[in-house]
Amino acid sequence: MKQFFSFVKKEFHHILRDPRTMLILLGMPIAQIIIFGFALTNEVKNSKIAVLDNSKDVATTALIQQINSSRYFDIEKSLTDYKSIDAEFKTGKIKMVIVFPQGFNEDLQHFNKAQVQLIADASDPNVANTLANYATAIIMDYQNRITDDRKLPYTIHTEIQMLYNPQLMGAYSFVPGVMAMVLMLVCTMMTAITIVREKETGTMEVLLVSPVQPLKIVIAKAVPYLLLSMVNIMSILMLSVFVLGVPINGSLLLLIAVSILFTLTSLALGLLISSVTASQQAAMFISLVGLFLPTVMLSGFMFPIENMPLPLRIISNVVPAKWFYTIVKSVMIKGVGFSLIWKEVLVLTGMMLFFLVLSIKKFKIRLA
Amino acid sequence: MNDVKAITVDHLTKKFGNFTAVDNISFEVKKGEIFGFLGANGAGKTTAMRMLCGLSIPSSGNATVAGFDVYHQTEKIKKNIGYMSQKFSLYEDLTVKENIRFYAGIYGKSNEFIKNKTGVVIKDLHLEKEANKLVKSLPLGWKQKLAFSVAIFHEPEIVFLDEPTGGVDPVTRREFWNLIYEAAATGITVFVTTHYMDEAEYCNRVCIMVDGRIDAMDTPQQLKKACDAASMDEVFLKLARKALRSDT
Repeated sequence: MKQFFSFVKKEFHHILRDPRTMLILLGMPIAQIIIFGFALTNEVKNSKIAVLDNSKDVATTALIQQINSSRYFDIEKSLTDYKSIDAEFKTGKIKMVIVFPQGFNEDLQHFNKAQVQLIADASDPNVANTLANYATAIIMDYQNRITDDRKLPYTIHTEIQMLYNPQLMGAYSFVPGVMAMVLMLVCTMMTAITIVREKETGTMEVLLVSPVQPLKIVIAKAVPYLLLSMVNIMSILMLSVFVLGVPINGSLLLLIAVSILFTLTSLALGLLISSVTASQQAAMFISLVGLFLPTVMLSGFMFPIENMPLPLRIISNVVPAKWFYTIVKSVMIKGVGFSLIWKEVLVLTGMMLFFLVLSIKKFKIRLA
Repeated sequence: MNDVKAITVDHLTKKFGNFTAVDNISFEVKKGEIFGFLGANGAGKTTAMRMLCGLSIPSSGNATVAGFDVYHQTEKIKKNIGYMSQKFSLYEDLTVKENIRFYAGIYGKSNEFIKNKTGVVIKDLHLEKEANKLVKSLPLGWKQKLAFSVAIFHEPEIVFLDEPTGGVDPVTRREFWNLIYEAAATGITVFVTTHYMDEAEYCNRVCIMVDGRIDAMDTPQQLKKACDAASMDEVFLKLARKALRSDT
């Protein structure tokens, strides 16, 4: 045990004395939560639009006012000419133009039917779609109000309820994603680098000649990173709850338990990488390209896996982060208990054991 | 000097595929002896030493280190040897004291032992002012001397030094050898590989490896006489010229 504690103490010295390591370990999770929380958002607010009003009557004025007062749109310009629309879009300042034809109010009053044209800049398709939907909703709202006194023969009223995330906040989906990313980076890359560094400097040889068993070396290397990951999990959760307002609907204990499981999986992967690479650069490269990118791309947190082509969907199954992301989303956002996530937990446990056994085997082979 | 054997090597061979790195070598090292292991790069010195340290399993032959078998008792061997590699083997981001504490700790020494002996070692090396400084701030020569003191800190029976003085100036090398003599005087057996021939003169006995085999083994004086050479340098050149393996 004394050997072991000497070792763990030494590892902490390495970590605490290297400002870069400390920055990656403790600064990165906070930075990522803040970047994802405040800068990267797919909500559309205060989009600049233009209006081409050919009728200028009661109805169009009322509608334009309503659109302008919503928090989604700012009317930047009033156009007078249909031809100028193209030029406006090309300047890139406006995202959408609303065109009212001549005699809008007359058509509405006499024929019960009027037309509005929405022209959106679809070079960014998601934004265009969202804006068109928002504008349509405002127009429908107006229509409902003026038809209130005149009963329509049939009306179907759609009531939409957004379960688990009523405000449709982006934070709900990326907090679990950031957790996966940070744990993967901290545990896998840092452990791989710290072991390979000892190989590079030659201290590993001295350790192997000493009476410490290789398994003890490996575990002692992993312990500080496991503890620091706990700190990271806590800080990410606190930031999400108190700063971003994402609730923890499920059991906190379960959430922490699965996070530890994922941390162990990442540590095992880091050990595996360290036993097949000889330089710190190689270890870093493999961790980043081989693990970090798939974690971001294929875990489902940036891009929905259901929409991917079949080969990618199959590959996504070997990405540990995908399973962790699914679990955290279920537990944290949906408040699901263990009985509904045991399959994912089983897969993750299997992966952890597989990587661990493989890396310990590799570590021993290197000795002979 | 008594006749207790610290190391016995009997027809030891190590093959990597078709390549025979160490080819049927036999020798004995007495307790308290300074035994030099010479050879060009790629002659098989490091491979032989790795087998004796329990880092590598021999392909055939027998060997004992401190009375323990290299096949089955590597754990016991590891407890009784110290090791210093050709690469610098201290942690640059730990202080002098922390390095000593760490290595003594992994050899399972008691806190009291560590505390008392750390003071002695630091005093012997005149590192009192640097004791709490990071190792990376020390000059290379000091680091090497410290690394040696750390390698024998747990009072092993045998210490293996793998080209310990690489890149060190002649004055520091001389000081380093003084430390080796002091260690040998306390009964520690020293097994040292080198390709500095002036260092070979400092050894009690040397063995010269060429192409994985032992070409000559005797005291430096006897070897010089046998080869009719004025220095170990000449002895080595005469023997090494026969080598077939190129420099690796």
